[in-house]
Amino acid sequence: MNAVWPHLPILQVVVPLIGAVLAGFLRRAGPAFAVALAVSWLMPLIAGAMLWQVLASGPISYHIGSWPPPWGIEYRVDVLGGFMLLLVSTVGAVIMPFARRSVAFEVEDGQQAWFYCMYLLCLTGLLGIVTTGDAFNAFVFLEVSSLSTYVLVALGRDRRALLAAFQYLIMGTIGATFYIIGVGLLYLLTGSLNMADIAARLGPEWAGHSRAIVAALAFITVGVSLKLALFPLHAWLPNAYAYAPSWVTAFLSATATKVAIYLLVRFFFSIFGVAIDFRELPVTDIVIALSIAAMFVASVIAVFQTDLKRMLAYSSVAQIGYITLGIGLANQAGLTGGLVHIVNHALMKAALFLAAGAIFFRIGTVRLSDLAGIGRKMPLTMTAFTVACFGLVGTPGTSGFISKWFLVLGALDKGWWVPVFLIVGSSLIALVYVGRVLEVVWLREPSAAIANASDPPLSMLLPLVVLAAATIYFGLDTQWTAGIAGTAVKNLLGGLR
Amino acid sequence: MTAALSNENLAVMTVLTPFAGALLIPLFRRSPNLRETVTLVTAGTLCLLTIGLLGPVLDGARPEMQILRVVPGLDLAFKVEPLGMLFALVAASLWVVNSIYSIGYMRANDEPRQTTFYVCFAVALGSTIGIAFAKNLFTLFLFYEALTLSTYPLVTHKRNEEAVRAGRLYLLLLLGTSLLLLLPAIIATWAIAGTLDFTPGGILAGKAGVPVIAVLLALYVFGIGKAAVMPLHFWLPAAMVAPTPVSALLHAVAVVKAGVFTVVKVAVFVFGVDNLSSLGQSAWLTAVAGTTVIAASIVALRQDNLKRRLAYSTISQLSYVVLGVAILAPISLTGAAMHIAAHAFSKITLFFAAGSIYTAAHLTEVSQLDGIGRRMPWTMAAFTIGALGMIGIPPTAGFLGKWFILTGAMQTANWLAVSVIIVSTLLNAGYFLPIVFRAFFREPPDDGHGPAHGEAPWPMVLALTTTAAGSMLMFFLPGIPYALATLMMGR
Repeated sequence: MNAVWPHLPILQVVVPLIGAVLAGFLRRAGPAFAVALAVSWLMPLIAGAMLWQVLASGPISYHIGSWPPPWGIEYRVDVLGGFMLLLVSTVGAVIMPFARRSVAFEVEDGQQAWFYCMYLLCLTGLLGIVTTGDAFNAFVFLEVSSLSTYVLVALGRDRRALLAAFQYLIMGTIGATFYIIGVGLLYLLTGSLNMADIAARLGPEWAGHSRAIVAALAFITVGVSLKLALFPLHAWLPNAYAYAPSWVTAFLSATATKVAIYLLVRFFFSIFGVAIDFRELPVTDIVIALSIAAMFVASVIAVFQTDLKRMLAYSSVAQIGYITLGIGLANQAGLTGGLVHIVNHALMKAALFLAAGAIFFRIGTVRLSDLAGIGRKMPLTMTAFTVACFGLVGTPGTSGFISKWFLVLGALDKGWWVPVFLIVGSSLIALVYVGRVLEVVWLREPSAAIANASDPPLSMLLPLVVLAAATIYFGLDTQWTAGIAGTAVKNLLGGLR
Repeated sequence: MTAALSNENLAVMTVLTPFAGALLIPLFRRSPNLRETVTLVTAGTLCLLTIGLLGPVLDGARPEMQILRVVPGLDLAFKVEPLGMLFALVAASLWVVNSIYSIGYMRANDEPRQTTFYVCFAVALGSTIGIAFAKNLFTLFLFYEALTLSTYPLVTHKRNEEAVRAGRLYLLLLLGTSLLLLLPAIIATWAIAGTLDFTPGGILAGKAGVPVIAVLLALYVFGIGKAAVMPLHFWLPAAMVAPTPVSALLHAVAVVKAGVFTVVKVAVFVFGVDNLSSLGQSAWLTAVAGTTVIAASIVALRQDNLKRRLAYSTISQLSYVVLGVAILAPISLTGAAMHIAAHAFSKITLFFAAGSIYTAAHLTEVSQLDGIGRRMPWTMAAFTIGALGMIGIPPTAGFLGKWFILTGAMQTANWLAVSVIIVSTLLNAGYFLPIVFRAFFREPPDDGHGPAHGEAPWPMVLALTTTAAGSMLMFFLPGIPYALATLMMGR
């Protein structure tokens, strides 16, 4: 154990990478799934151990190949990083058992091993982005996760999945290019790629003098915003989510956009915020304005969707708005609200997309009009779905309420009454789109088409129920969400200029 | 202290009992008799537990218990104080009666989905008790929303287009106002006062100036949609599509009383009566409440559907409580608290009677009720007592609440409130007495083929005579409600 302990940061990334290669070589769906499951279940243990270590004794710095930073690549896990690693790996671990049957149903036989291979690559990338303390290395992992995601989306049986994946590829590549241009500008300015080193070398005197630094901030913000689907850069998301295999949608909605958000937080608060007071730049105002636009426009679009997965996808765009709003508020309560909502939204949206996957598994469609009365046929699935829906609306007793609580406090801290009402107002629109589905699902008479539907097998049902239960649990006990997020925010804001 | 039955544990058990019942009911879904027994036993247990708490509370005990800490400072916690005790007592005792009535009604009308019905009912009652015993605004808000959500399936019970549409309105207005107005008000209260605990004298007292207090008060009054202050009252008439026991207990007692109870609670323990009074908040609130009282009565006059008329009457009577708060005199607040109890007994009687008429004669409109008093003497006698309670004529409890509110209005020289009460009393008489007149003094329609019918099934008649008797009993023996209503201001 002692031999392994110091190498946890690299293991977090290398184990899924090796798993991906292994799954690819195994070629058969069953063994590949076994590898994916084993890796997925190992990851939260590593992440949990690191978070525990970070909370007890401060950030972990790991030097790849023993090259000290800034020359070598540094892996750096602080409270925020540990928090995100635990989230991503736990979501993967919880929903993995769902994949076996769902993927067997939705992905062609010959491609299932590749599916698990791609999933593990994606996991490698996502965990790598969070672990690394190197801006260029983050780009590499961003592309590892993105490229594998394009494949995962394209594996959907619906032929439109190909187009969706292509659209995502174009947009994602533009995002990555913008990001790397921003990083390049920073490298020109500072001669360093290590995040902490960049922050140290950028002095406050740069703020007024260098357009390059503003350009770098702009490029990185836009690039990462494309990846995290900040309105109006979200165009790729609804199609990708709607046509990807159900399990992929659940995984991506809970992790991929969230890790991109992490990257934005990292650049805002650990690099630009430390070097210059980015709150003096218009970037936070823009982020706040776009976030509020997302909360409203995407919610309203969600109301008019006829396909459950598309509706949930637009809802994701709106909910990402809540998170970025917290980032824009940039105060203790607001940013805590944003970070808490990363977790809360990840868990509830994963539950919702898994429920959609379970429905698809049983009746082969998720069109709203086909779902009449399905609540009576799949009571447990739809109960979990309903609980997660309440989470989206943010009723007290669910985790969504906690997010909203902190966000509103953050807005009140600034004395902004209008955003307060915008935050609660947009959850009213969430009530409308959620209510539309719940009404169809519970109050309509079941049609003949779904007469034989029933709750899915335990391996699919259990992850769904666990995630829905988490929505309630984290609405009542917040020491693992708001508590840790609060500590992370204190560290982030404490370092700000 | 014996740990098993300290007052604290008793209080928590009281809140948990209905939820436990809700978990047990579905286990017996195959055997309706057992299932209803569970409901009755749960209701009986709840009633006994609240009565068990009554003595200590009257003696000055204020049992409190923290269940868990959600965010530092944000607790799920209970505290039994006199006003909550009064509300819980009313809700719990009427649930027993209502359960007996429900059994008669649901079986006689052969309603579908009865298990869901009883489960939701129990959850709704548990939420009501949670509201009554909430120690802070967060706990109250939690159960407030739970009450809305648990009653939604009851409103949409019939599952037809009308019920679904009513449910939509119900959810949108109640959840909407609470999320849009009440929640920001609560968070702002937290930001200003640093606590959400209900504290005598008010946690906002001296912490904010007139504009902030006025805005917050408005957010609370309109955000508490369950109080049905105009113009946010539409959900209540719409909710009348629910089966009558739901209208009776939930939309005449639990849900709407939870609304006005919250208004009283917020006024007394969040703002502080003296604080509101010194900041001159009485006038506009009186105007808002007075308008609702009068306008709802006028609308009620024009309703031919009996349940809708009762619903508008409820809207009007709820604003009496708000009016009692708006007057901001201690005696009028006592009156407001008394009115919560008094109106509950009278209005549930009226709804029971309406449901009884529907079950026995399948009549829903006022204009169809000619001479029905001869066929259903018990029902219509109880109806008459309930109507007297609405108008506020002795010997019914309705008189007491009105009396205290009126006294408070006189004391503070709030002539607007005085005139509102007088005019509305006349209006109340105007829309209730004609029904009584029709029922007893008009000839039944002789269309030859009218089906002969007698009284409703006995559980229903038993229930409605009990509540009618209760409303009279409260007039002659107002000791307990009065004691609780006067105790609420202190400590």
